[in-house]
Amino acid sequence: MALTAISNENKVTSIESKQPEQASTLFDVRDLNLWYNQTQALKQINLTIQQNNITAIIGPSGCGKSTFLKTLNRMIDLTPSVTTTGDIYYKHDNMLADSYNPEQLRTRVGMVFQKPNPFPKSIYENVAYGPKIHGIKDKKILNQIVEKSLRDAYLWDEVKDRLKDSALGLSGGQQQRLCIARTLAIEPDVILMDEPTSALDPVSTAKIEELIQQLKEDYSIVIVTHNMQQAGRISDQTAFFLNGEVVEFNDTHTMFHEPSDSRTHDYINGHFG
Amino acid sequence: MKFASNMTFRLKLNQLAKGAFLSATLFGVVVLIILMAQVTIDGIQWIDMQFITSHLSNTASKAGIMGPILGTLLLMVVVIVVTLSIGVGAAIYLELYAKNSRLNGFIQTNIRNLAGVPSIVYGILGLTIFARLMDLGNTVLAGGFTLSLLVLPIVIVASQEALRSVPNDISEASYGLGATTWQTIQRIILPTALPGILTGAILAVSRSIGETAPLVVLGIPALLIPFPNGFNDQFTALPLQIYYWTLDSVLVDEYANLAAATIIILMTILITLNLTAIIIRNKFQKHV
Repeated sequence: MALTAISNENKVTSIESKQPEQASTLFDVRDLNLWYNQTQALKQINLTIQQNNITAIIGPSGCGKSTFLKTLNRMIDLTPSVTTTGDIYYKHDNMLADSYNPEQLRTRVGMVFQKPNPFPKSIYENVAYGPKIHGIKDKKILNQIVEKSLRDAYLWDEVKDRLKDSALGLSGGQQQRLCIARTLAIEPDVILMDEPTSALDPVSTAKIEELIQQLKEDYSIVIVTHNMQQAGRISDQTAFFLNGEVVEFNDTHTMFHEPSDSRTHDYINGHFG
Repeated sequence: MKFASNMTFRLKLNQLAKGAFLSATLFGVVVLIILMAQVTIDGIQWIDMQFITSHLSNTASKAGIMGPILGTLLLMVVVIVVTLSIGVGAAIYLELYAKNSRLNGFIQTNIRNLAGVPSIVYGILGLTIFARLMDLGNTVLAGGFTLSLLVLPIVIVASQEALRSVPNDISEASYGLGATTWQTIQRIILPTALPGILTGAILAVSRSIGETAPLVVLGIPALLIPFPNGFNDQFTALPLQIYYWTLDSVLVDEYANLAAATIIILMTILITLNLTAIIIRNKFQKHV
């Protein structure tokens, strides 16, 4: 591929000037570099992610977009052999600092994974898991949380009569909405989504996309997607990753209609990736 | 057409190979059947309530094996408690807490090597440490600890494999909700790995209670001792009783029959344990 020949010059377009004044910064990523052993996966990432927005991260396979997402809630810590430099400020605290507690961060920054991954437990227990590990024991409160989370994930009507059944009996799309409900149950500020519809059929995908639009009212969402149309449909901002760098970061409409970098143009128009 | 030359011969050779491999497979089964048949013929008519519930005796017709049965059951309890706590604990540390360091690799290799150490060597170790140094003498505890050492590597390796087979994505889901490693182990990983761990532990226990050599080294008697009442009592065990009766069968012919009868009882206990392991495995496999 000719991609390796592309210069390392960074053409990150600052988003701040184009944002409405009231939007406040959620993540402020500064000079983030990340290595798997000797291989550099993220190079000098600088970007800011705004509150109550949907931020899409697009790019070809292996461009570092999932890696970047996993650093935002430090799930990347679970991978041995990863080293990072740089800072990520989450609400003004540098959450990459050793003193920052990743468990605490993950209660504020929830995650929905690529493949639906319900626990091999009942539907109820899946949703109640988060509140329980954070110390809620009262059955009444748990019941309320489970119902509210399932309603918010548009799953309640489909499962209300079989909450005690195993979550593994649900369809793929239902499982993914259950995983979203499970994340909503701990009321995070941000939900990270790693290609949440890539394992689903078009109907389930449409439901999840609709759900994401609804969630935007109360949550900030960062979504990694392979699907250009999906990014175009649902996101407010889009970051285009290539070979571990941010090539372009802009509001989605501008990015898709007048990309400032030729590589973005080529990628969006399906010339590679 | 050219390629069909010698086809008859090749087909015959194939049949021959199949036959050879089949007889290799049947060999084990046949040996087991002969063994069981022989033991059953020698021992079955000696098994009755009197045999199971009585004390040992020099008189063959009065002898019973309640003592060795109790000894073996008490040993099992010690082995289960020790191997499950230490074995599963070590496996959890190695699989879930330890980083992939050189030291970790060194420990892993040594645990695997320990599994190959002859059982009589463990007997000598048990004699030195438990019987003499800790002054436990030839009690149930000393025997149980020694047998636990013997099967600990098996339990650790089996538990590690069970823990490793828990899908990564469900533990990730737990971490993603802010759970600590211990919460994730407790609520997600251990429950999912439990059938595998239990299967490994039961098979290890069934191996340990069939062991004779370490108990011989520990000096476990086959005398007319009272029934063991607890873990600090002297005891004797089924395999030892088989050993001593077989030794003395040159003096009293009926001792050979008593040994055979005892083998039937021991085999019954072992097969029950192994069946339990299979049932646990099958029952939980359906759910996952």
